[in-house]
Amino acid sequence: MPSKQILVVLVNNKPGVLNRVASLFRRRGFNIESIAVGLSEQPDISRMTIVVDGSTGKLEQVRKQLDKLIDVIKILDLGADNAVVRELALIKVKATAETRGSIIQIVDIFRAGIVDVSSDSLIVEVTGDKDKVDSLYNLLRPFGIKEVARTGYLAMNRGNLISAQEK
Amino acid sequence: MKLTGAQIAAECLIREDATIIFGILGGAILPFYDTLPQYPQIRHILVRHEQGAAHAAEGYARATGKVGVCISTSGPGATNLVTGIADAYMDSVPIVAITGQVARPLIGKDAFQEIDITGITLPITKHNYLVPDAASLPQIFKEAFYLARSGRPGPVLIDLPRDVQTELAEFDYPSQVRLPGYRPTIQGHPTQIKKAARMIAEAERPIIISGHGVVISGAYEELLNLAETAQVPVVTTFLGIGSFPQSHALYSGWLGMHGLAWANLAVSGADLIIAIGMRFDDRVTGDVNNFAPKAKFIHVDIDPAEIGKNVKVDLPIVGDARNVLSALNKLITPAHHGEWIRQIDEWRREHPHTFTPSSGELLPQFVVHKLYEVTAGQAIVVTGVGQNQMWAGQYYVFDRPGMFISSGGLGTMGFELPAAFGAKIGRPEETVWCIAGDGGFQMTIQELATIVQEQAAVKIAIINNGYLGMVRQWQDLFYDRRYTATELSGPDFVKVAEAYGIPAVRVSRSEDVEAAIEKAMAEEGPFLIDFRVRPEENVYPMVPPGASISQMLEMPKEVGICHQNRS
Repeated sequence: MPSKQILVVLVNNKPGVLNRVASLFRRRGFNIESIAVGLSEQPDISRMTIVVDGSTGKLEQVRKQLDKLIDVIKILDLGADNAVVRELALIKVKATAETRGSIIQIVDIFRAGIVDVSSDSLIVEVTGDKDKVDSLYNLLRPFGIKEVARTGYLAMNRGNLISAQEK
Repeated sequence: MKLTGAQIAAECLIREDATIIFGILGGAILPFYDTLPQYPQIRHILVRHEQGAAHAAEGYARATGKVGVCISTSGPGATNLVTGIADAYMDSVPIVAITGQVARPLIGKDAFQEIDITGITLPITKHNYLVPDAASLPQIFKEAFYLARSGRPGPVLIDLPRDVQTELAEFDYPSQVRLPGYRPTIQGHPTQIKKAARMIAEAERPIIISGHGVVISGAYEELLNLAETAQVPVVTTFLGIGSFPQSHALYSGWLGMHGLAWANLAVSGADLIIAIGMRFDDRVTGDVNNFAPKAKFIHVDIDPAEIGKNVKVDLPIVGDARNVLSALNKLITPAHHGEWIRQIDEWRREHPHTFTPSSGELLPQFVVHKLYEVTAGQAIVVTGVGQNQMWAGQYYVFDRPGMFISSGGLGTMGFELPAAFGAKIGRPEETVWCIAGDGGFQMTIQELATIVQEQAAVKIAIINNGYLGMVRQWQDLFYDRRYTATELSGPDFVKVAEAYGIPAVRVSRSEDVEAAIEKAMAEEGPFLIDFRVRPEENVYPMVPPGASISQMLEMPKEVGICHQNRS
């Protein structure tokens, strides 16, 4: 993904911080492709994984402006090569007695899981990089997709540990 | 002993030496106001509109370098502060705004006079707080004042729910802040500074652009030292006016849309720009792709996000202007740029900044020129926005630092009167002149009452042309003289002033200008002069929007008074 950049942003775990970050992107005209927010290893610090369109050449400004927010503690610019990048998707696909077997076969090949079964549909849970999720989605599409929910990326540098103490 | 949240807030203000506060009360801030009589050290100044409180706090901060404080109630009180907060944000002015908020159980219920002011001010504050409980107040106040004044200064807002003001908590003022996400770079990087010294030594046509950051960091001596040692001419930005003495031989004007012609030409011809504490605003650069096309850029700023934002920079130095310049000066070797300076002088002679004194209509330029003469250049000048502002910048000569106060980035009409009042409160020993337009003056005219109430000797010069003059000028030059909605009727300003209890005169003839200003100066208290100037006078030079700053519309060359000269 040459034009996409992944920023990992460690922020104070306080009300309103997500709004500060999102509002900054909006008013400076930066596009967020996806944003995922959750706890980090420290209870008072949240971890945001933000995918931005880096092709605009604005990435440096994004970083600097983010860094000005008082609640932003650390920003990491993750290259796709040295980071583990994962996304989780839930895909609700139409499934009849005739098609169910084929769907399960595909899901198994992808090492994805079936997390809900009903008389006319299945919910498939898949974790992986974008290519894997996209491929599975494309293979399931002929059966009829009813709903999709994707988390956006979570990302982490390989090997070397990062700490929220440094900025 | 436990104190109420309101008492804690007052104690915090005293600890921060913020004992002059400008505001208007209301229901949601009433417990705080009710506590004020217990703290006679705190001087509360009642303004007539919350926008005036914010601008007064700004004027106070800009004149003193201290943090200004404004205060209001919730809802409309808070939203009325917004323009002043935005103004402070754009011009990096340290103010703390305290707003009342409805009681915590009512937040989010659309209660009476409830408004999400932390949400509203998110993009126009350096940081803001909704106070969760009284126990958090000391830490929040400590952080708010620290954030407002440190690094690149700016406004911080504290939203204080009504029931937090009455809640009891222990008061213990913290001695320091812990903000892991906020560590401004103050010292410039030594390697970068070394490189800068080399670039300056190698340049043939260097020029310094000195901005508001030099004023904020108080780097006057350091700038003077650099310019004189390396013999580098200095232009300033509009808000950088006064950062370098204007009668100094190396002073080369201020640049930009209405900057002086030779300043714009000098920047356009330079081979090295040394930009210090400025941000390459569009009013400074004109067409940014053709800005200083022959130059390499050194950019010194305390805010890393400003570097590379608008122009490509060859050598960035993040740090406080004063620290960086003082380190740089140790590496600077004496140099001469005689030929370059002579070239700038020649541009000055070819494009003199003049006006022709008129025997008929009163010229606004002449009014400002006379203000300069009669005050001997020793007044703090606070301007409005528009033509009056540009003439004030062009025809008053500022040789002392910190004497010029104006709304730059936001361009807020109505700034002038409350900001001049705040400046006078902050520096009562100085003469303060408010140079207003008749349009902007009517936007905050009610603060005349505040001036009288506080016996603040603000001298007011209205440059009255009966138009929203700068907009009319654009209509004149770029809209085929279609004067849509710019003609402006005003009240009889002399009668208005007198109704408020301020002595005033009207001046329509050049020969009466000096006497009127002298009368104003002789008056112990405030004084107002309504200068009825030529209605369709334009500000020149002017860089048309979108053009390069080397392409200016200039006034027809005529001989007149020209005093933005080298001595």
